[in-house]
Amino acid sequence: MEVQKMKKKSVRKAGLLSLIPGIGQIYNGQLLKGIAFLVATAIFLIELVTIGIPAFQGFITLGTVPIRDHSLFLLVKGTLQIIITFIFVMMLILNVNDAKKVAKQYNTLGNVNRSARSILKNMWENGFPYLLTIPAYFVMLFVIVFPVLVTLLMAFTNYDFYHIPPAKLIDWVGLQNFVNMFFLSAYRSTFVSVLGWTIIWTLLATTGQIALGVLTAVISNQKFIVGKKFFRIIFLLPWAIPAFVTIMSFSNMFNDSIGAINQQVISLLNYIPYVHVSDIPWKTDPFWTKTALIMIQTWLGFPYIFVMVTGVLQSIPDDLYEAANIDGANVIQKFTKITLPMILFATAPVFITQYTFNFNNFSIIYLFNSGGPGDVGGGAGSTDILISWIYKLTTGTSPQYALASAVTIVISIIVIGVSLITFKKTHAFSNEEMM
Amino acid sequence: MKALFSSTKINRFFSRFCTYLFLIVLSIIIIYPLLITVQSAFNSSDLTAFTLDPHMHWTLANFKQLFSQTLYLTWFKNTMIIAISTMIIQVIIVTLAGYTYSRYRFKGRKNGLIFFLVIQMVPTMAALTAYFVLGLIINGLDQYWFLTMVYVGGGIPMNTWLMKGYFDTIPRDLDESARIDGAGHLRILLQINLPLAMPMIAVQALWAFMGPFGDYLLSAFLLRSPEHMTVAVGLQQFIADPTNQRVAMFAAGSFLISIPIVILFFLLQRNFQSGLTAGGTKG
Repeated sequence: MEVQKMKKKSVRKAGLLSLIPGIGQIYNGQLLKGIAFLVATAIFLIELVTIGIPAFQGFITLGTVPIRDHSLFLLVKGTLQIIITFIFVMMLILNVNDAKKVAKQYNTLGNVNRSARSILKNMWENGFPYLLTIPAYFVMLFVIVFPVLVTLLMAFTNYDFYHIPPAKLIDWVGLQNFVNMFFLSAYRSTFVSVLGWTIIWTLLATTGQIALGVLTAVISNQKFIVGKKFFRIIFLLPWAIPAFVTIMSFSNMFNDSIGAINQQVISLLNYIPYVHVSDIPWKTDPFWTKTALIMIQTWLGFPYIFVMVTGVLQSIPDDLYEAANIDGANVIQKFTKITLPMILFATAPVFITQYTFNFNNFSIIYLFNSGGPGDVGGGAGSTDILISWIYKLTTGTSPQYALASAVTIVISIIVIGVSLITFKKTHAFSNEEMM
Repeated sequence: MKALFSSTKINRFFSRFCTYLFLIVLSIIIIYPLLITVQSAFNSSDLTAFTLDPHMHWTLANFKQLFSQTLYLTWFKNTMIIAISTMIIQVIIVTLAGYTYSRYRFKGRKNGLIFFLVIQMVPTMAALTAYFVLGLIINGLDQYWFLTMVYVGGGIPMNTWLMKGYFDTIPRDLDESARIDGAGHLRILLQINLPLAMPMIAVQALWAFMGPFGDYLLSAFLLRSPEHMTVAVGLQQFIADPTNQRVAMFAAGSFLISIPIVILFFLLQRNFQSGLTAGGTKG
């Protein structure tokens, strides 16, 4: 009987009315919520008129009068305005959905939350997961999304040492930087050579640390070993000590003339009969600098893999090996058929993150030999990887900000593309529980 | 029969010999460079290069010089302030987000998780220019809080994944029974799940704390004045100038900064195994 008396709310109407945020809620009878949405909209509109529209205009022109207009600030303010507008649009969608949902709820239950108290309680109950993740998204918005967006946009400008605002204006140049990078001979040769070494570096250094980590874990996990704890402490030291300390120390030890490697290790090797090794030009010959870098990264990075793989090994049930023993499997068969598949199954996603980590491993390249020796044009040294080249492009005496941004974008596309494909291949996504 | 027995015995001896040989050689490779650095910290200050010197004269002169003639203590204090605030903020944010993605099913959850995974791969430190301009606009250059927020932001995506993985391993039955008993969201989080996640939270805290100690790039770029520098940037100055290398002082400073971190690391390392395998291996 009561249902007949009650006037039905039109879900469609509630949704349509919400295009002016808040009206739909008021139609549903939620006055307080409606006013809150209206106020938020009013604040946004005032912001848009006073700050937003000039910001968009400045963003499009990037300034017309040098000194008065600071192109860089205009670019950044425009980007901020894009983010603010995006947040408002999200709120708009949320508000339309909310109005529709409440209208439906009204039609089925016959009442809605009107009081501030019940609305807050409802928000607490259903909005709890959002509430807990808001801090993470808020920080990421300003520290990751915003800078990445600015970098992305900067790649389409001509911001370099000829165009330093406010004395000069920056302009949009479209794809010019990318064209330069891929087709202009000077930059192309630098880019190709740096990219080539970056890929070799990533593959060799990461594979080195994974191989040593797995090997060490498998060997030191054997039951008969005395002093396991002692060895474990030693093997963890490279991870425990801050990386910059060890890298800078190694940088000193690999010194061509007075470093410990040439002075002590090599001369010790020469005591072995029939072995003669002369001093190695670690810091002046690109090949040897690269060799040293890969060895040091293997040294630095293997403990992480060692700890993780040890954990996996300890979780492999003994029955598997006992069954293999009964079947007469030898050590190598047991390793390739049981141990290795178990390790790879459990840790493949982490291995991928290790590759992306080394792809962008700035510290070791820069602190060991500043990307030197020599140079391959465009300000890059022979051991510079893309990320350290970017650093040099932005901090050098003749900065090339726009080109650096373009390189950053290329890096990101490579890393994200390759990782997503391998994640898919290793079925990291397929586990329902995980997603 | 007897020959077979002895051959397996030889085999076993051989495999054990190789195992210990591997362990010992690897240990030497790890300890040798570290020992050199430690020893150089106590060597005379006119040292030019690190070598292992069995006849050296042990002295504390480098440490005295470090405290009296350089800003080392200030750098140490700066690094501590940044590291501790990074640790507190990051652990709170990451724990809350990881818990949410593990326990709640809500609209946008899957997209959120993919967003975390993808954003984690973007080399944010390549966006140096953007950080610089942002810092300029909001007056954050040469300020600790700005650098701290940059560290926190960079640490969120990956660590949220690891945290979520750990919460996934904590059984949900407890939550359910507590809910039936009338416990709310907050009580289930604070009284049931947080205590169980303590090992992982400790690991997260240690990593967040170690981050600023190990970073060179961002602190060198965003903190400009000498009295605001972190230890990494300050120490690098000792060896950056080829004409005036103070390697013994560098070694002394490195030794001092490493001690507390290494101790913390080994106190908490028992938790690493479960944290790492739980977080990274659910696939």
